[in-house]
Amino acid sequence: MNDHHTDLHALVGAYALDALDGAEADAFTRHLDECEACRREVAEFRATTARLASAVAEEPPAALKQRTLDALDGVRQLPPRLNSAHVTRSLAERLRRKALLLGLAASLVAAASFAGLAVWQHQEVRQAQEQTQRAQQNLETISGILAAPDSRTVHGRAANGALTTVVTSTRQNKAVFTATGLPEPAAGRTYQLWLQHGGTMRPAGLIHQDGTVLVDGDPADATALGLTLEPSGGSPQPTTAPLLLMNMPA
Amino acid sequence: MNEPLPFRRTAASSGPPDLPSVMARVARGDKGAFSVLYDALAPMVFGIVLRVVRDRAQSEEVAQEVMIDLWRQAARCRGDAGSVRAWAATIAHRRAVDRVRSAQAATDREQAQAAREHTTAFDEVAEQVETRLESEQVRRCLRGLTELQRQAVTLAYYRGLTYREVAEALRTPLPTVKTRMRDGLIRLRDCMGVTT
Repeated sequence: MNDHHTDLHALVGAYALDALDGAEADAFTRHLDECEACRREVAEFRATTARLASAVAEEPPAALKQRTLDALDGVRQLPPRLNSAHVTRSLAERLRRKALLLGLAASLVAAASFAGLAVWQHQEVRQAQEQTQRAQQNLETISGILAAPDSRTVHGRAANGALTTVVTSTRQNKAVFTATGLPEPAAGRTYQLWLQHGGTMRPAGLIHQDGTVLVDGDPADATALGLTLEPSGGSPQPTTAPLLLMNMPA
Repeated sequence: MNEPLPFRRTAASSGPPDLPSVMARVARGDKGAFSVLYDALAPMVFGIVLRVVRDRAQSEEVAQEVMIDLWRQAARCRGDAGSVRAWAATIAHRRAVDRVRSAQAATDREQAQAAREHTTAFDEVAEQVETRLESEQVRRCLRGLTELQRQAVTLAYYRGLTYREVAEALRTPLPTVKTRMRDGLIRLRDCMGVTT
């Protein structure tokens, strides 16, 4: 373990020079989450390589500026990242993560013999196209949980026939819930998730249709996850019998 | 609609703009501020992209993507002017590297093969890069590296090679190349007086 850590740390220079291949870069990025000294060294190296970049500066063709300005109109700006501890991620890395999310979620779905993959992917594409700023952040969190080395998965089936999956990461203390085959709720109703803490059910977010959501709340000491139909906007306590009660992954 | 900008828009000789405050305006969707940001950063972005990608038409495309990415991600950039430049350079270099490793993967492999056969060609490349460096400090600091450190850093950074390709080009074991990249950057950092 220690050797592994040392090996990874030796890659800090290659990482800062973008000289690692995709899989190694991903492994090192995960290592960065746990290594304050590495993050500092990467930041210093990036400041250093920026000098190397400045030293070869060259005026681009004048027309490029107007082309770039014209292209801004269709580009949505991202919100500030709330967790300032995170290092800046490039677009390419986010895309890789998104691809990873799709791949992992697809394999979860396949493992549970889900039939709704196409629906789910359609959902994902739609979400990617018209995601709100919050959805973008959720997506990153969700992909982080699905990709976490310590993630655990359980599958279930709701009373209404929907197939469900819960993935938790103890280290990140977060959980993700996926449903396929949820019947459309009646007008004015929505599905609500619950986390069971002792004898209490605490609200854990809403899910209106098939898809993947981040579970609100603290999954650490929750024993089970529940699903009920509630009035739109959700309820402080369940008002209908649970459609589903899944033990949380061990 | 846009507020007047307190920055001069002419060449860098008129004094550098206050990049963090420009960035804050860009993050609020201010296109006038983006124009200032573009003037300040596009030469560095285009320069490093061109160095890695080499083809001018493709480099223009990548540089434009990078500048648009700065617009997209402006709200996530924090820190002083040095941090803004480092952030932009990081995005630019990674995009350039992504471009040559995806679209030109085959070409790159051929080049790595050619590199194994013509290590001296890389020596010349490194020399050429150095003589074109605009910054006397960077040139001096690069000269302060050992030969292997200098080659490892410049082949990776200016040519976009992976450390495996660098190891092959220099006929040097992988662990040695990893180490030389890191201690080369440490020596450059200290020589340039970089602090974060």
